[in-house]
Amino acid sequence: MMTNHGNRLTQGQFSFLPDLTDAQITAQIKYALKNNWAVNVEYTDDPHPRNTYWEMFGMPMFDLKDPAGILLEINNCRKTFPNHYIRVTAFDSTRGVESPRMSYLVNRPKKEPGFGLVRQEVDGRSIRYTIHSYATDKPESERY
Amino acid sequence: MSDSPSKIANDTDTVDLQAEFEASNIQEVLDKLDRELIGLKPVKTRIREIAALLLVDRLRKQFALSSATPTLHMSFTGNPGTGKTTVAMRMGEILKRLGYVREGHLVTVTRDDLVGQYIGHTAPKTKEVIKKAMGGVLFIDEAYYLYKPENERDYGAEAIEILLQIMENNRDDLVVILAGYKNKMDLFFQSNPGMRSRIAHHIDFPDYQADELLAIAKLMLASQNYRFSAEAEAAFKQYLTLRMKLEHFSNARSVRNALDRARLRQANRLFGRKGKLLSKTELMTLEAEDILASRVFKEGRRDEQV
Repeated sequence: MMTNHGNRLTQGQFSFLPDLTDAQITAQIKYALKNNWAVNVEYTDDPHPRNTYWEMFGMPMFDLKDPAGILLEINNCRKTFPNHYIRVTAFDSTRGVESPRMSYLVNRPKKEPGFGLVRQEVDGRSIRYTIHSYATDKPESERY
Repeated sequence: MSDSPSKIANDTDTVDLQAEFEASNIQEVLDKLDRELIGLKPVKTRIREIAALLLVDRLRKQFALSSATPTLHMSFTGNPGTGKTTVAMRMGEILKRLGYVREGHLVTVTRDDLVGQYIGHTAPKTKEVIKKAMGGVLFIDEAYYLYKPENERDYGAEAIEILLQIMENNRDDLVVILAGYKNKMDLFFQSNPGMRSRIAHHIDFPDYQADELLAIAKLMLASQNYRFSAEAEAAFKQYLTLRMKLEHFSNARSVRNALDRARLRQANRLFGRKGKLLSKTELMTLEAEDILASRVFKEGRRDEQV
């Protein structure tokens, strides 16, 4: 994909920017907490865009007043999964369901092989296209 | 501290401590403390000292004289009803005004909130509480229950260990206040020397004198829109001297309970005068007979006893 140099995964907010610093992450969390959104930390090593549900790192954090607690959890997750994708999601419960309002990556693997285009021949001369993450050729937890 | 000035002053510059003091609204906080908390001399002195230290620290920063963030973890010891919880609630606001904590909220917990019921339950539970308290004050009431020496498999020790680690590493993020009765807390610190050394401020809450308790009673009544008549005040003073000699006297808490009972009697007295119209003053005033009906006067026994 020539439009995306270095094959950096572009999912969620700020993903076209350079990686956020801890101070910037803190500022974003502060904004979420100001709106009374619950924040949680998730990780995965299968970054396909249709893989919506990542693994939760601990429980979502409700009733927090200060970003320091969440940053602590992010750093714990980074320590445990240094080569996984980690994202922070903020959930808004005002409509009766916890719906994501913010979601951004806070950690990515050192080397991101990116996605390949897969062509499937069907029904005569038709072609179906899909994308496939090179990393997922390997088994779970050996991907990055 | 978040609002540290970015410009570094020259060595020959001078700073105005008084101006900084006035700008910080600290006097307002201290005045409020003086007004709303009766007695508690050692407590107020210590808060004043902490305020002064934080202020001087801020001035030192202007000359780029760095020093480690002072530890403000505290232990409040004292008899029941001496105002430990009340002061802890204020502490959050005071420290926020001084710019030491960011949010200044108070999270009150006891052993139940920190210690889990099975292996692997304690650590997440304690950490969740700590995360909630970050940016504010974590108040652990009756902290000595965390440590149960008679049961070596008790999970309380694990909670203490996590607390100690956080108290050391996240000093900027939260202030831990332990509270409890004096002798039990002394025992707790003896068996947890690590905890003792990490707490910089051990504040002892003294028992109240009779006149201080009377002043507290008046404050409590005023906040609920009640007041003593002149005779009732004299009667209550007498009640206090008698009650203080009886067992299980718990200072301001006993005063609050006595006032609640007096309110009951007042309501009953007003109810007894059926058919008569009541004025606002009558609805507000506690009379001597509401106080004198107490069993402390009649039988020399506590009202709580059945």
